[in-house]
Amino acid sequence: MDGSDILLLARAQFGLNVAFHILFPSLTIGLAWFLVYFRAQYARTGAAEWLDVYKVWTKVFALSFAMGVVSGITMSFQFGTNWPGFMLKVGNIAGPLLAYEVLTAFFLEASFLGVMLFGMSRVPPWLHMASTCIVAVGTTLSAFWILALNSWMQTPAGHVAAPDGALIAGSWLGVIWNPSFPYRMSHMLLASGLTASFVLAGLSAWRLLKAPGDGAATRSLRTALVVAAVLAPLQAFVGDLHGLNTLEHQPAKIAALEAIWTTEKGVPLTLVGIPNEKTNSTDYAIKLPKLGSLVLAHDADAEIQGLDRFPDHPPVAPVFFAFRAMVGVGMLMIAMAWFSLFIVYKTKAFPRFLLWGLAGFTFSGWIATLSGWLVTEIGRQPWLVYGILRTADATGNAVTGAQLGASLTGYLLTYALMFLAYLVVLTHLAGKGSQ
Amino acid sequence: MIYTELGLPLAFAALMGVAILAYVVLDGYDLGVGMLMPAASPEQQNRMVNSIGPFWDANETWLVLGVGILLVAFPAAHGVILQALYLPVAAMLVGLMLRGVAFEFRMKALGWHRELWNWLFWFGSFLASFAQGVMLGRYITGFAPGVGYYLFALTVGAALCGGYVLMGATWLIARTEGELQKKSLAWARWGLLWVGLGVALVSLATPMVSETVRAKWFNFPATLWLMLLPAATFAAGVRLWILTGRNPLDKNHEWRPFFCAVAIFVLAFMGLAYSIFPWVVIDRIGIWEASRPEALRVMLVGALLVLPLILAYNVLVYRIFRGKAREHLYD
Repeated sequence: MDGSDILLLARAQFGLNVAFHILFPSLTIGLAWFLVYFRAQYARTGAAEWLDVYKVWTKVFALSFAMGVVSGITMSFQFGTNWPGFMLKVGNIAGPLLAYEVLTAFFLEASFLGVMLFGMSRVPPWLHMASTCIVAVGTTLSAFWILALNSWMQTPAGHVAAPDGALIAGSWLGVIWNPSFPYRMSHMLLASGLTASFVLAGLSAWRLLKAPGDGAATRSLRTALVVAAVLAPLQAFVGDLHGLNTLEHQPAKIAALEAIWTTEKGVPLTLVGIPNEKTNSTDYAIKLPKLGSLVLAHDADAEIQGLDRFPDHPPVAPVFFAFRAMVGVGMLMIAMAWFSLFIVYKTKAFPRFLLWGLAGFTFSGWIATLSGWLVTEIGRQPWLVYGILRTADATGNAVTGAQLGASLTGYLLTYALMFLAYLVVLTHLAGKGSQ
Repeated sequence: MIYTELGLPLAFAALMGVAILAYVVLDGYDLGVGMLMPAASPEQQNRMVNSIGPFWDANETWLVLGVGILLVAFPAAHGVILQALYLPVAAMLVGLMLRGVAFEFRMKALGWHRELWNWLFWFGSFLASFAQGVMLGRYITGFAPGVGYYLFALTVGAALCGGYVLMGATWLIARTEGELQKKSLAWARWGLLWVGLGVALVSLATPMVSETVRAKWFNFPATLWLMLLPAATFAAGVRLWILTGRNPLDKNHEWRPFFCAVAIFVLAFMGLAYSIFPWVVIDRIGIWEASRPEALRVMLVGALLVLPLILAYNVLVYRIFRGKAREHLYD
């Protein structure tokens, strides 16, 4: 087995793990703030339904949090086992960011989650409310550090080279507030809010299909729909800003995700098609003239750099398709949120067709988030740290292909089992509500 | 200069030691409880899991902190160690994942699903503990090749399982009552026997493997002072044996077996730390081969500011959930 196979296995394994992991934080970051709201509503009104909502969704939260914790622990080990070159080159920057995540966020969440889950009758109400808030702050803080590192890998800034070739931080503010960070952070937090809204809405709808008029599910569904209707269009706006930022700092990624093969002014927008890297063109493309420049640069005649300018560009087809999946699902989510609000406003009820529709949209946030993650991570290739470290240069030489293969199989089986059980328990919890 | 070049790596070696010791003691008791599951009735199993429910998340965070410090402060050693221990690490992670989610799943499942997750909870706890022991066994031999060394690692794996069972059983003595507490007294004695074997084996093996370690242990008159460590370990073991022989245990002494077990772990850890210092990988990578001082300083400031806070709220959580474990966890 040669180096390229090892690289492939290392990437497959890490990619699988991160993809699995990202599902759970993207749900829990948003859900934690919903729980703060539910808890506060219960404190304010004293209504038993709000307490029911809170209790059902803390269980979902605890379950998802546990899935995130265990897959996250795995990741902290895989940095070293799969990418030793990464830590040698940029460890002085990645290390402190990861360390701060553990110190300031991870301990906080893990400790107060216990109080939140099991402490309601053991601590005074204010401390229980505070614990719920602390967990929400912790999850968001966690996202802050991880996204600071991820953004730095996309648009490195604030670093200087030490004499031995490794990078060190010249300015930590520069490292953390690197050019893409504010956009990526807002984009991810909104994605999490939306993922949580649609999971809430979908599972509450599922509950209402089984038990029409359930007070708790009605409340959570109403809350989720309002939040989704606000966040979904906001996400489109922030996503557009994020795109402008990417065009400025990672033009090769934009060229790949829009399949722009040659540099020109007033490029068309390719709606669908099949990018073909052999012929450097998009087969079966449906194009709208000039719209590409308009969307990407907000100027119909702007020149957009094509893939011909970038010998080191990412693979075109995966990012092209993933981007379309993300935007497509995002549009559907906007439509669904507003359509639902409209129907509820008109009928003053939750008609069954709407509940079925919402149940179908339960995991739409996951699809959009995963697609977006694929766009941004594959779009950075062949770099691991953009312009600084190639992915191929970060693998180790001490782990054999057989070891990677064996552990990959083990992880795959474990994840499959965990995910299946997760879905079963989730639908079960949602179906029985607060009984 | 001396502060940055010698002091900073030293501070991080100490921090890493604290994190690993905290992990072994804290997750040790909840892994131990997990391994004892098959020996208990369904009602007892619920109480056992509930006694660790509010704590396990935070306990495992110490592992992330420990490996995190290794990663960020000693990246060269991190790569060598984790690649050499690749398979046991993967096994441990699979084990930790299974038991971590089994906590949640077994609580929500019914019928044979619940049985399955109970089994996976046991299996995951066992797999993680055994793998950690194997990692320790491989680590202290400097990852030496050869069948004998692998057999040694497997033995340490079994011994660490015994050690965690001891931690788990003494935890249950303090946190439960009635029949379960009585059972736990017997479990603790079994665990103690394994610990005795493990500590003896590791103490004999470490000086045999490395010239460096041998020189440190047989360096009179320092050796005489050093003998205090095994002597104290032995004393703690004897005390524990006597305590677990009292049935029923005095209500005011219920935490004593647990603290004896902690003492054994702390003493064994000190002996190990003395042997290995100042190496991160014995005879190969020293603690001075650390990250650059710029990065270390930034992290040290954070750690010194935040760790007292972490300790404070961990104490708070343990205070909130003090008392005997009940069968139903959710209020």
